[in-house]
Amino acid sequence: MHPLVAADAVGLQRLLKAREVSATEITQAHLDRIADTDPHVSAFIRTLDQAALDHARDIDRRLSAGQEVGALAGLPLALKDILCTKGVETTCASRVLQHYRPPYDATVVRKLRQADAIVVGKANMDEFAMGSSCENSAFFPTRNPWDLERVPGGSSGGSVAAVAANDAPLGIGTDTGGSVRQPAALCGVIGVKPTYGLVSRFGLIAFASSLDQVGPIARAVPDAALLLEAIAGHDPRDATSIPTDVPDLHTTLEAGVEGLRVGVVSEFMGAGMSDGVRSVVTAAIDRLGALGAEVVDVSLPHAGYGVSAYYLIAPSECSSNLSRYDGVRYGLRVDGETTEQMMASTRDAGFGPEVKRRIMIGTYALSAGYYDAYYAQAQRVRTLIIRDYEAAYAGCDVLASPTSPTTAFKLGERAADPLSMYLSDVYTIPSNLAGAPALSLPVGLDDDGLPVGLQLMAPVLGEPVLFRAARALERELAIDSTPRGNGSLAQVAA
Amino acid sequence: MSLTTDDVRHVARLARIALSDQEVEALRGELSDILAYADKVGEVAAADVPPTSHAYPLRNVYRDDTPQPSLPADEATATAPQAEQGRFRVPRIVEEP
Repeated sequence: MHPLVAADAVGLQRLLKAREVSATEITQAHLDRIADTDPHVSAFIRTLDQAALDHARDIDRRLSAGQEVGALAGLPLALKDILCTKGVETTCASRVLQHYRPPYDATVVRKLRQADAIVVGKANMDEFAMGSSCENSAFFPTRNPWDLERVPGGSSGGSVAAVAANDAPLGIGTDTGGSVRQPAALCGVIGVKPTYGLVSRFGLIAFASSLDQVGPIARAVPDAALLLEAIAGHDPRDATSIPTDVPDLHTTLEAGVEGLRVGVVSEFMGAGMSDGVRSVVTAAIDRLGALGAEVVDVSLPHAGYGVSAYYLIAPSECSSNLSRYDGVRYGLRVDGETTEQMMASTRDAGFGPEVKRRIMIGTYALSAGYYDAYYAQAQRVRTLIIRDYEAAYAGCDVLASPTSPTTAFKLGERAADPLSMYLSDVYTIPSNLAGAPALSLPVGLDDDGLPVGLQLMAPVLGEPVLFRAARALERELAIDSTPRGNGSLAQVAA
Repeated sequence: MSLTTDDVRHVARLARIALSDQEVEALRGELSDILAYADKVGEVAAADVPPTSHAYPLRNVYRDDTPQPSLPADEATATAPQAEQGRFRVPRIVEEP
């Protein structure tokens, strides 16, 4: 592997600032890496080689002229194909948007460009971010670099697999019920779901608006912190954006965990988890204790109702949001004699099975006679889960649990049973319902040599302590994030 | 919670999705299973618990009332399946008198 693609983002920045390497060299090395790996991994719906190289050359020109460059200058990034890029196809991995070229940039995309990140490609995902395996992409599934017969997780599976495959040191995903953290756990990288409202949703194609949040993906905690600082901040174009300063993650990043109180969520350590995940996660939590953290058990009594509440709230919001795909203003149209026939045929042809399923659940839950029993009741459960977290944080600084109950599963293994797929997100969903930040950190491998993720959670706007705890454990464990072993990318792409 | 095929067809009509008979039958079983699982929300949270629609409530979010350039009509319609004279074109909605 080329040393430039093995390096983390902070390391590449150091080389670039010292003028030991150019942005063009960094970019070309990653484009070459993508050409080697993507035939096996299929992380990208489209790569943006020419635009990436043009941007890199412009950065090099500015550096030579002694001009300013952005905070992410020269760093390759995989962008989930759910964020609008002006004039560049943005598909959401759906046939209904297959040829859609947005007339504007998402705020996150604008900020990335201003920060001089190099967007190397638009990454694959589950259609409209609905799924936990990337198998719901209308185009093709993405594969896990640790075992090409297994899923990378989802829905941000493409961005995560790209970072794990060293196609880019940075990735952008979105997390509605675990869609950054679960694939990060399954691919052995870091994935963060920030506080709801910390990162603008303007130009993020909506799935469930009260839960969707953009988050960074990286192979090192300082890299993820750098990326989050670049994309966070109030946006007047998003009415749910929190009017607060960009969090300062770097000042306390290396402060360690001595004296921090870490609550282990007992409801998330029970049945349903694989033995391998349990032993690796337990060992990681013990290491936090050895580093000086005070480890205590806490209870989130209503967390077990999170999946039920989520599968009413998210589909209800989705059924409303996706009503815009009606064959009129953008995307696919299938002709019909009446406008209603045109809309119904367009939506039948344009949406895949999982998207239809969720629109149907949501439409049912919101329909006359069922609203109170389903949607309103799910929102009451949401209140109970938020209260559970408030009680837990009265005695803890951060909470810990596994990210996913299992390591990566085989392609096709859960595709026939939607409910088993939904349960992939049992530990991640409660943070979305509470609007609070959480991240997944790779903490070891199970007996099959597959990565296991530890989930750390913090109160709303508690990103500084979240990153601080993750960084301390990352330093202690010194995990090698390179995919290796039988069936891995290492056997087919050096 | 067990749905009939008529229930599924009714919801599909509300959602404006022209499902095939095969899809209706598959969804009947799947939706019944998922809703049975979701039904668990009825086990907790009495009526006195207030519902939460947004985890971080912000109220009365306004922007400054200053004119901004908007998307030109030709750019807004450029992505449409059918457009004419800066407007979206759809099949006839209103019958001839």
